[in-house]
Amino acid sequence: MNEESLFAPGHTACAGCGATIALRLLLAAAGKNTIVCQATGCMEVVSTGYPNTAWKVPYIHVAFENAAAVASGIDAALKAKGEREGKNIIAIGGDGGTYDIGFQALSGMLERGHDVLYVCYDNEAYMNTGIQRSSSTPYGASTTTSPPGKFSIGEDTVKKPLAEIVAAHRPSYVATASVGYYADFQNKVKKALSKKGPSFILVYAPCPTGWRTPSEKSIEIAKLAVDTGYLILWEMENGDRNTLKVTKMPPKPRKPVVEFLKVQGRFRHLMNKPEELKKIQEFVDAECKRYGVD
Amino acid sequence: MKMVLRGNMATAYAAKLAKVEVIPAYPITPSTLFPEKISEFVANGELKCQFVKCESEHSAMSACIGASAAGARVATATSSQGLALMHEVLFIAAGMRLPIVMAVGNRALSAPINIWCDHQDTIAERDSGWLQFYAEKNQETLDLMLMAFKICEDHRVLLPAMVGMDAFVLTHTMECVEIPEQEEVDKFLPPYKPVYKIDVNNPMTFGAFSSPDNYMEFRYATQLAIENSVKVIDEVFAEFEQKFGRKYQRVVPFMVEDAEVVFVTIGSMTGTAKEAVRKLRSEGKKVGLIKITAYRPFPADLLRKYLRKARIVVVFERNISLGYGGAVYPEIVSVFANTGKRPKIYDFIIGLGGRDIVVEDIIKGYEMAVKAADEGREEFIEWIGVRKEDIEVIK
Repeated sequence: MNEESLFAPGHTACAGCGATIALRLLLAAAGKNTIVCQATGCMEVVSTGYPNTAWKVPYIHVAFENAAAVASGIDAALKAKGEREGKNIIAIGGDGGTYDIGFQALSGMLERGHDVLYVCYDNEAYMNTGIQRSSSTPYGASTTTSPPGKFSIGEDTVKKPLAEIVAAHRPSYVATASVGYYADFQNKVKKALSKKGPSFILVYAPCPTGWRTPSEKSIEIAKLAVDTGYLILWEMENGDRNTLKVTKMPPKPRKPVVEFLKVQGRFRHLMNKPEELKKIQEFVDAECKRYGVD
Repeated sequence: MKMVLRGNMATAYAAKLAKVEVIPAYPITPSTLFPEKISEFVANGELKCQFVKCESEHSAMSACIGASAAGARVATATSSQGLALMHEVLFIAAGMRLPIVMAVGNRALSAPINIWCDHQDTIAERDSGWLQFYAEKNQETLDLMLMAFKICEDHRVLLPAMVGMDAFVLTHTMECVEIPEQEEVDKFLPPYKPVYKIDVNNPMTFGAFSSPDNYMEFRYATQLAIENSVKVIDEVFAEFEQKFGRKYQRVVPFMVEDAEVVFVTIGSMTGTAKEAVRKLRSEGKKVGLIKITAYRPFPADLLRKYLRKARIVVVFERNISLGYGGAVYPEIVSVFANTGKRPKIYDFIIGLGGRDIVVEDIIKGYEMAVKAADEGREEFIEWIGVRKEDIEVIK
């Protein structure tokens, strides 16, 4: 991978952090004429500890729920000043700042048609505050607020289909990606930035701490998510369902989802519950069918 | 040019005259006329600005922060629950040293929900690092907005400011307002030149994470900036008077020279209190009044100067710090904390939720305060106009 390093080393993220990989890939694809607006979360904390910064592009962090609104203001200011051309504005949030607390601001930004790419790095829980569940946490996952127990299977709801909800806003571009397939992610970033108007990429980013996985396995796990059909990589343009395209097909036959689950400590309690594993496999099969992967 | 305008409209005209470049807003009663008028200006091509039709006040203020950090002149308006929803980001706007100017139609906070005049909304934000100005009449809403841009954008300050105007009493009431000529305003208020801004040619990190090792220094720097604003406010007020002929002061004295009893007021109740002063003077009573125009930075210096000779100071305020009393009262008391001779200082909660304040209410306050002083009462926080008999006490 050839990259101009716009996200500098020396930040304080954990070893194997999927989100920092996502940021590096994102900036390398976007280039230096980029303004980053980031929600509060792990990535802001590890990259901006005053007086240091990992950001070699202009960067602003304001609060947890408003990266999309702050980016809207930047878009408006640059338009007002006639300085908008030739620059990318990228808002970044984790699943907490995007699926949950920042969802309203994201919806507002999309609906108003701001020329902003919103990238959600999805690690399926509130990792910054200590691995609490979010609406992105998948069924069965153990987190500090969805612990398995005598009366609990772990998280008891299914993951919110955020990219589809975004697609319903009919943005210029929407896609899902994984740090495991970096060329696919970077192509999507470039495609999103080439379009006028709002775009959204959900990038799957493993969290070794929260998922209880070995640091060196992050990329492997991010690939397994795709190869088992647990995560479907797709894109859509201009809110037109006819343009929906799966960009990375899992191998045929698809690997069973347990391959993805069994390497993660957050699903360990499911390993002796075949009926639950079957249920999860059925979710995945249904989704793969819905997206035409199978 | 003179126009008959509602207070809200006057602040919209001020934003237009200031050539504001970005206005993110979410309408809320009683400040809705501001975004309405701005959208009309933009629709007619009278104002070239980006009007961002936000989905909430929180996002409106967030967009203000983004736009201001990107170097644009920014304004918005809100009230009550809207201001409360902005609460979190108000602190960030100040901490990031962004000169955003906001008109606030001062309105009561829920519950119970109420849309009428009350200063609780802005008073509750007094610790946010925003400069706070309060208008007595519509002309002041326009003038204070214009001056706020100049004060906030001064490189010695770089802080946001809110201009409070009383819900309906000012926001919706028509008054004759002198609208300055654009040319004159342009000379008074040149385009905003930020010290730092978001710029791809000079990348910087805004809104960094700060540890116990440096957080306090940031807070102290912001405190120094708001202290600096005292001088800048005085300068800008003086320049405004020289250019436009209307005199502004952080604290405005009225018949205090020989006054034994001095009222302290904020906002539109000042006019009513002045009537009371005139009436009491006509009866030979030595009464005066102090109006607070700039509440943050707190004008302790001027209050000490104007109130020190009084025997009794009577604070009238449209807010309540529940569990204590009016929020302004202890601040007035603190002005004399380390002085030897000090006036008796009494507090009245009045006009909450838009309850009318009439001359008789002020006079009643005067009489109660004088009686309390004569009796040597120490603790004194009373309510005027509340029907205590209507309240069912849970025993």
